[in-house]
Amino acid sequence: MYVAVKGGERAIDNAHQWLAEERRGDLSVPELTITQIREQMALAVNRVMAEGSLYDPDLAALAIKQARGDLIEAVFLIRAYRTTLPRLAASNPVDTGAMAVDRRISATFKDLPGGQVLGPTFDYTHRLLDFTLMAEGKTPDTPSPSGEEGRGEGESRVPHVTSFLNRDGLIEVAEPGDATPPDLTREPMELPADRTLRLQALTRGDEGFVLSMAYSTQRGYGRTHAFVGELRIGTVAVEVDIPELGFAVEIGEIELTECETVNQFKGSKTEPPQFTRGYGLVMGQSERKAIAMSLVDRALRWQELGEDFTGAPAQDEEFVLMHCDNIQATGFLEHIKLPHYVDFQAELELVRKLRAEAMALQEAAE
Amino acid sequence: MLDAGSQAEAYNFAYLDEQTKRMIRRAILKGIAVPGYQVPFASREMPMPYGWGTGGVQVTAACLVPEDRLKVIDQGADDTTNAVSIRRFFQRTAGVAVTEATSEATVIQTRHRIPEVPLTAGQILVYQVPIPEPLRFLEPRETETRKMHELEEYGLMHVKLYEDIARHGQIATSYAYPVKVEGRYVMDPSPIPKFDNPKLAGNPAIQLFGAGREQRIYALPPWTKAVSLDFDDHPFETSKAPHDCDLCGAKDSYLDEVITDDAGGRMYVCSDTDFCAGRRARGMKGRLWAPEPEGVA
Repeated sequence: MYVAVKGGERAIDNAHQWLAEERRGDLSVPELTITQIREQMALAVNRVMAEGSLYDPDLAALAIKQARGDLIEAVFLIRAYRTTLPRLAASNPVDTGAMAVDRRISATFKDLPGGQVLGPTFDYTHRLLDFTLMAEGKTPDTPSPSGEEGRGEGESRVPHVTSFLNRDGLIEVAEPGDATPPDLTREPMELPADRTLRLQALTRGDEGFVLSMAYSTQRGYGRTHAFVGELRIGTVAVEVDIPELGFAVEIGEIELTECETVNQFKGSKTEPPQFTRGYGLVMGQSERKAIAMSLVDRALRWQELGEDFTGAPAQDEEFVLMHCDNIQATGFLEHIKLPHYVDFQAELELVRKLRAEAMALQEAAE
Repeated sequence: MLDAGSQAEAYNFAYLDEQTKRMIRRAILKGIAVPGYQVPFASREMPMPYGWGTGGVQVTAACLVPEDRLKVIDQGADDTTNAVSIRRFFQRTAGVAVTEATSEATVIQTRHRIPEVPLTAGQILVYQVPIPEPLRFLEPRETETRKMHELEEYGLMHVKLYEDIARHGQIATSYAYPVKVEGRYVMDPSPIPKFDNPKLAGNPAIQLFGAGREQRIYALPPWTKAVSLDFDDHPFETSKAPHDCDLCGAKDSYLDEVITDDAGGRMYVCSDTDFCAGRRARGMKGRLWAPEPEGVA
C-alpha cells in the first residue's frame, strides 16, 4: 500500500524539536548568552549585521545563537526580521571624516596627517594556536595597551588620504551628489545599475563571494592595480533631521569600516591619466570585506572610465550583482532538496521515449 | 520564526504590511493588464528561503482576504512537507480557512502542478516560479532577454525547439514548456509538466505567477489564450506515464511513479492527491487499491 510522504506535519514538528535539542548541545555545558556572543564573537556579529543590513549587535548575536553558528542562516534571520520593520526616517549621510577611529592605516604614504593607527588587528600576529585561551577560568595574560589609545571623540577630523592626492589633481574628483540613492530593499533591481546601487548590493553581498571576485581582479581577471589608499575603522554618529525641530539630532553611533583604494590608471579615450578610486563601506569591523568591496567597485567602473571590457567576471555588473547575495543564492541552491518528482517523472517519460526510439532505429539498422 | 502562536500576533494579516501588499497588488494588476509580461516588483525577504515559494507566498498574501479558503499543493499533493509548511504559515499569519478540496478553495497556491479538477470562475491559482524567464537558458543576461521580449524577438526559442527536433525527432522539453500568450509574450508556465499546459489556456480562474528571488510577477487573466510553442509538422503533444492510477483507476490524470521494491516493482498513482482521494471516496478502485491503514492521516 502506498504511504509516501504522509504525515509531513508531524515530521516537520519532530524535526524542529530535534533541531532545538541539537542547538542547545550537551546540557551539562552552560548555555551561551547573547551578551557573550555579542562581546566575544564580535566579528561574527559584525558580519551578520553587514550582510543582514541591520545594525543591531544584540539581534545579530541572537541570530547567531539561534542559527547554531551558521552565519548565512543568521543573516537570513536578520533579513527576514528587518524586512518587517517600518521605515521611520532616512538618516543624513554619515561623515566618515569625523569618525572616531580605532584603526586607520594607509599603504600609500609612510606617514600622514591623522597618523597611522594600527588598532585591534590580526595583522602581524603569528597564527599560532593560543592554548592559554583553552585554559578555562584562568585569565590569559593580556596587558592593556600602554598610554596610546585610538583617537577619541572631539579630536580634530581625520582627513581622507585621497583628499591629499585630490589637491594636486592626481586623482579623479568624486563630486558629492544630492540625488536620493535607490533602495534595493524596496525597489526591484534594475540593470544597468548606477554606482550607488552597486555599492549597496556589494556591502550586503556575501563576504566570500566579494572576496573571490576581488581576488580574481588581482590575479589578472579585470586588473585594476589597487593600493589601499586608506582603511579606517571606527564609530560615526548617525543623525536624523527632525522636521518639527528644524535641525538634525544624533540618534546613535555605529561602527563602520571604510576602505578607499587608489588605482593606477593610464588614461583612456575619455579620461586623462590619473589615479582612480574604488570604495568600500561596511557595517562593523569588516576589513576584508571593505577592501574586497572597493576592488570590485573599481572593476565595475570600467564603462564610466572608458576602459575595455575584458570579459572578466568582476567587470560584469549583471554577473556580480545577480549572484552576490548569499540569501538568494543559498535559498535557490537548497531548494533542489524539495520534491521535484513531478518534473522528474516528465523527464523519465521523455528519456524512455527517446531511448525506445533510438533502440528501434539501431535495431532497424542492424 | 513563527513557532509560537503569540508571535504571529505581532505581524499584520497575512504577514506582509499593507504598503507592501499594495505594491504587490499593483504589480499583479499590471500583470493582468498585460498577460504574460513579467512585471518587476520589490520582492521582500520572507521568513522562508528564496526558491521555496517566496514569490507565490507574497502573491498569495497580497490576494488573501479573511473570508478566503486556501489550498496549498506541491507536486500536486497537499501533504508534501513544503505545502504543509506554507499552509501552516497562512493559517498562523492570516487565520484563513484551509482545505484540500480543489473545488472548495478560493485561492490555491501550487508548485509544479495544475489541479486535475477544472477550476472555476472566481478562483485564484498562484504558481511558485523559480526562473520566470523562458529565454534564460538560451540567454543568461536579463538585460538581453528583456530586450528580446520588447522586440518580440523569439527566434532563438524556435531555433532551440527546431534543434531538438533535428537531434531527437521531437521537442525535448517535458516540463516548464513555454507558451505564447495572446499572440504576444512568450511565457514560462513554471515547472509544471507539459501535461498541464492545455489547462493554462481559456481557464476561467485567475492564474498568477510569483517569482520572489527574481522579483517578477506575471499573470494569465481568465479566458486567456496560451499556446504551447510548436511547429505545424511537429504539433505540441502532452505526455504522461502510459498507465492508469493504481489506487483510483483514473486513466487521464498525471501520474507519479513510485518504486515499491528493489526488484523493479513500480506503481503509478495520481500526483493530485485530492483528485485521487475524491475518486476513491466515490468508490472508484485501481489495481492496487486497499483500505487506508489505520493511524495514517
